[in-house]
Amino acid sequence: MPVSDSLDAPGKARALYEARRTRIPIAPFTDADPSLGMAEGYAIQRELLPLLLADGDRVVGYKVGLTSTAMQRMVGVDSPDHGPVLASTIYRDGDALPLDRFIAPKVEAEIVFVMGERLLGPGVGPTDAARAVAGAAASMEIVDSRIADWRIKLADTVADLASNGAVAVSSRVVPLEGLDTRLIGMTLTRNGELIDTGAGAAALGDPLAVIAWLANVLGEHGVALEPEHLVMTGALHAAVPLAAGEVYRAEFDRLGPVSVRVTAGAGVAA
Amino acid sequence: MSADVQQLAARLSKAVAERTAIDPLTDEVPDLDLETGYAVQRVLRDQAGPLAGWKLGVTSRAKQAQVGVSAPVCGFLPAAAALDLGEPLSVSPLIQPRAEPEIVFVLGRDLAGAHCTAVDVLSATAGLAVGIEVLDSRFRDYRFTMADVVADNTSAARYLVGTPVPPAGIDARLVGVVLEKNGELVATASGAASLGHPAAAVAWLVRRLALSGEGLRAGEVVLSGGLTAATPVVAGDVVTVSIDRLGTVEMAISS
Repeated sequence: MPVSDSLDAPGKARALYEARRTRIPIAPFTDADPSLGMAEGYAIQRELLPLLLADGDRVVGYKVGLTSTAMQRMVGVDSPDHGPVLASTIYRDGDALPLDRFIAPKVEAEIVFVMGERLLGPGVGPTDAARAVAGAAASMEIVDSRIADWRIKLADTVADLASNGAVAVSSRVVPLEGLDTRLIGMTLTRNGELIDTGAGAAALGDPLAVIAWLANVLGEHGVALEPEHLVMTGALHAAVPLAAGEVYRAEFDRLGPVSVRVTAGAGVAA
Repeated sequence: MSADVQQLAARLSKAVAERTAIDPLTDEVPDLDLETGYAVQRVLRDQAGPLAGWKLGVTSRAKQAQVGVSAPVCGFLPAAAALDLGEPLSVSPLIQPRAEPEIVFVLGRDLAGAHCTAVDVLSATAGLAVGIEVLDSRFRDYRFTMADVVADNTSAARYLVGTPVPPAGIDARLVGVVLEKNGELVATASGAASLGHPAAAVAWLVRRLALSGEGLRAGEVVLSGGLTAATPVVAGDVVTVSIDRLGTVEMAISS
């Protein structure tokens, strides 16, 4: 799809970069130009990434969003979207999550895959995806929006690294043998109280289908999934806003738990 | 009072027989309370023939918060309401059927007592199975109070139980649940969606039955609570429920 000359992707990428740095959100790009769509969103994302990498960050994988039909309907698309996951945003099981690193964070429990082999589209199916995956692990994505009040349309969220904020990943990576990823059950608790439940099928019908979709889309630009890359496969439930003092725990059948403690941030004991 | 109970039960039976939804009982009897609701249900149970087991309702915290209660409700399963594996659900005798996924407990021995816990339930369980409950509120548009829905046997209409598997090593709290209709995903959940743990829901049932000196019997089945919102069904639909470690059941809907 051709991208309009008047887009000024570098300028918009710079605005997002500053919003990430200052934690001061910006108005949706689609307010000024409602015609912006998926192609423009990715054009801006492609300009934003080098700015972040120039600060010393690196790409350790991808997140895939809009993997449920409910979410796709909300933003008026019929496909998921994707963005890079950066090394600086990775948390481990049990880590403190400082709120002052985010603008308006929400948590989503997700199945994450760790790649074992290089996977390059096109033509990748779920079986190829399963073969290339080293294993699955319990994870939570912290979604965040550099767009004020989450007032996002498709182009806005795609440009903003698909609204990725951070990911918390269990270090226990479980091989897929004998596992039906559609049926992996999940419970999410906040301070020990059940918030929501779900199963793998909530992500595009099967989390492995998410890997195949991503490999094929990246493949159009000659980009491959590399060994040890993480792929966040999409929320299994509705996102939950975070507040300081809360402990979130996502437990997955066959994969185990992952938890984060939400803290106020700088100067406050974690 | 007992005459009222008989008359209210008769009104519900008539709604089933005539396949016609009625107004909530509480429209006419605003002070109908939960225990009177159970008394009406007891009259219906005595008329229902052999009993196959029990079911839970209002087991999700979200649903409880929505209707302003902190405990579930229970109903009975007549043996005559069971669908067999592969048998289609005929909707022509029903009013406004909806289907929902369930984890089904099959009791290996009698279980009773006012202090029953999930641990007692699990040790008395011979098998777990995937199940589909078909609800059919006799009240128009599923509009009812807790007392109404208890009187109406918690909207119970039909149920399908898959092949039970031994419960050892299965964490019923974490098993993934997928509800599909006509091959499309409708909803997902895990077992925890019923009261935090399906066995805790069954334990609540046992404690509730203990109030009237009753209990569960070996061989009875218990539908431990809907795990997703119920989905409406019409003739021509196919409903599929898959639960990890328990298997899959499919139910075709016919006229």
